[in-house]
Amino acid sequence: MSDVAARPAPNLLAKGWVKSGLIFIAVVAAAILGAQFDDSGTLYKVFIDPFQQMVQAPDLLAQTIWEGLVSGVLYALIALGFVLIFKASGVFNFAQGIMVVFAALTLVGLYEKGVPAFLAVILTLGVMFVLAVTIERVVLRPLVNQPDIILFMATFGITYFLIGFGEALFGGSPKQMIADQLWLPKGAIDLKLFGGLVSLQKIDIAAAVIASIMIAALAAFFQYTRIGRALRAVADSHKAALSVGISLNQIWVIVWFTAGIVALITGIMWGARSDVSFALEIVALKALPVLILGGFTSIPGAIVGGLIIGIGEKMGEFYWGPLIGGGIESWLAYFIALGFLLFRPQGLFGDKIIERI
Amino acid sequence: MKTTKLMKGAALGALLAASAQVAPALAQDSVYFANNAYRTGPFSGSGIPIGDGMRDYITMINERDGGVNGVKVVYEECETGYDTKKSIECYEQAKSKNTILYSPWSTGATLAAIPRAHIDKIPILSMAYGLSASADGTNFPWVFIPPFTYWDGASLMVKHMAAELGGMDKLKGKKLGLIHLDAPFGKEPIPVLENLAKKYGFELKIYPVAAADMQNQGSLWLSIRRDRPDYLYNQGWGAMNPTAVKEAIKNNFPINKLVGVWWAGGDDDARAGGPEAKGYKSLNLNAAGTNFPVIQDIQKYVVEKGKSLAAKEKVGENLYNRGVYNSMLVVEAMRNAQKLTGKKVINAEDMRRGLESLNITEARLKEIGMEGFATPTTISCTDHSGHSKAYVAEWDGTKWTKPGDWLEPLKDEVRPLIEANAKDYVEKATGWPKRTEPCEKSS
Repeated sequence: MSDVAARPAPNLLAKGWVKSGLIFIAVVAAAILGAQFDDSGTLYKVFIDPFQQMVQAPDLLAQTIWEGLVSGVLYALIALGFVLIFKASGVFNFAQGIMVVFAALTLVGLYEKGVPAFLAVILTLGVMFVLAVTIERVVLRPLVNQPDIILFMATFGITYFLIGFGEALFGGSPKQMIADQLWLPKGAIDLKLFGGLVSLQKIDIAAAVIASIMIAALAAFFQYTRIGRALRAVADSHKAALSVGISLNQIWVIVWFTAGIVALITGIMWGARSDVSFALEIVALKALPVLILGGFTSIPGAIVGGLIIGIGEKMGEFYWGPLIGGGIESWLAYFIALGFLLFRPQGLFGDKIIERI
Repeated sequence: MKTTKLMKGAALGALLAASAQVAPALAQDSVYFANNAYRTGPFSGSGIPIGDGMRDYITMINERDGGVNGVKVVYEECETGYDTKKSIECYEQAKSKNTILYSPWSTGATLAAIPRAHIDKIPILSMAYGLSASADGTNFPWVFIPPFTYWDGASLMVKHMAAELGGMDKLKGKKLGLIHLDAPFGKEPIPVLENLAKKYGFELKIYPVAAADMQNQGSLWLSIRRDRPDYLYNQGWGAMNPTAVKEAIKNNFPINKLVGVWWAGGDDDARAGGPEAKGYKSLNLNAAGTNFPVIQDIQKYVVEKGKSLAAKEKVGENLYNRGVYNSMLVVEAMRNAQKLTGKKVINAEDMRRGLESLNITEARLKEIGMEGFATPTTISCTDHSGHSKAYVAEWDGTKWTKPGDWLEPLKDEVRPLIEANAKDYVEKATGWPKRTEPCEKSS
């Protein structure tokens, strides 16, 4: 059993952390001392100026944290799709990104054919279920007990199939997400805070709420139900799970279908922020640093990792980005993740794998 | 067992049949023209209308006139997915099939092809994209970049800003933000903007967008909120553009102060913003709409006969018409090459001569049904761009309009930079061949 959430996390406070914390404080203190005579020095710009900005304009700080929080929750949702499949079949599902595109295009495509919006959502879920069953039958079942790398390569195959299939069905032109028809709110709530304006987009609030509910529901489902227990058994060993009568096929269909649901929600939320096109595929890769940070097998890891990456990259981009020309957020996420890996190679909540020879 | 054998046989048969169809039968009186396209991948939203426009104009010339002076143009697309690696394969393919011209359709692909083309002697036509410095024909005899370069575009942005503020002297103390795709294409305007910022005393803020974050521009727009630029110039492409329009509206940035480069002027880009996108601007080199004889001929000879890949209502959209314009340049250069050489079936070297002395006058535009569609362009031996005029198009909520006049780029500012940069490029590329091609008299 790899019930990670229940395990206390003493490692977080282990010596390595204390030590590095002290080193960090010492560096900052030295920097403050070294730089206080020089307002234009590099150290000043790196260690003092951003914090001064935070204090001087708390409204912008609040706004940045809010933006980070929203992206964080959305990243966590995508990461969850990966984690579930990783737990059940031991593979990184390369096809998650294209499943986002496929789900969103199916939804919009059905709506354009005249299907009412909410019925289109249900039908899209049906399509994602059929997809899950097909993947299980055609791709996974013949590969039971093959090395993980074979399954991983198979998800590449699924990706390229879905790209081609999706383009054949829907064409490559961008489409508009049917956000209004799905009763997703528009406009913003402007809060007067800290002597400034913090504007919360209603769609972002909706995204955060929906994603949080999804995450909580999924976490509860896989933690407390019979299927959830079966999933965790499968995660430990395919053979052992089969020997006690757990249907591997059923579990696989369930997790791939769940990944399909996550893909649809991700597609709706990101599609509403931009448009629905094959470019959405890239969005799923934003979950990679989250997974590195949170561990590939941990649901709480995906959530906490998502929030750390989301807030960290927005803060980094906003306050430190201008120092090196901006546009740092895409690699900063990996940088943050790698920083954590130095101290916890298995990820924040990942399973510590001890292999004895 | 039997059925699988049968299926394998059938599959093999289908494969053979398919490959037999692919090879185009090159008749005596035809030329081959390969065009890079990206109807798939993250940038297909911009790639599809352009590809359709290019394809339909060539088809129309073949259908209506029986080709260029009787020579059919065999037009073939090579799918790149906007991937530079694949574009190189496309280049090699085009070369092996003796294309008269290489049409890269991406700045990255153009940069990769420039050194090759000078050795293989294949002209590159990078219409209003690619390496700005290649406008220097003395150092880049095989590259053509009409009707203007990204540097001209950047200077036009500054000119537009000055015009709205009430004069070049009013630029002092203002702030211009550049949002750009963090790729060779996106970075092109930076040197000119830096130069002009220094000269006219405005401040330049640069906001790069990584391709992976095209749809995730939250923190960038926070920075814009902090910096409060007076104007924004968007050098964006693909999914980055509709996101930028939406974010501008979300962040209460005045939409009429957001100006896109001509590639950020897709109908789908602006449409994403809904009714609030009214007033969004974009530099433009061609007119949008179907109210031109050339587009009507395309409708008559191509679209209505079911020979187009475009949906009927997409014909005449901004990027579609841009594709038409590009193909027009190809056809006109072919005509010119035929006239210069006296040959009917020309090759790549003839085509280079045709491009180098291309002179599209107002009268000629009228003859080919493009009056008011574009402005005259003249390419010469030294000037491979023409630095022609552009206008600032405005989105009225449903379509692109042309509220103002055609503007001339700040050629005096841009040209010296181009020449200096071209010299620099040639010096760094060891063994760059010196120009040996003789100059043509302008026709």
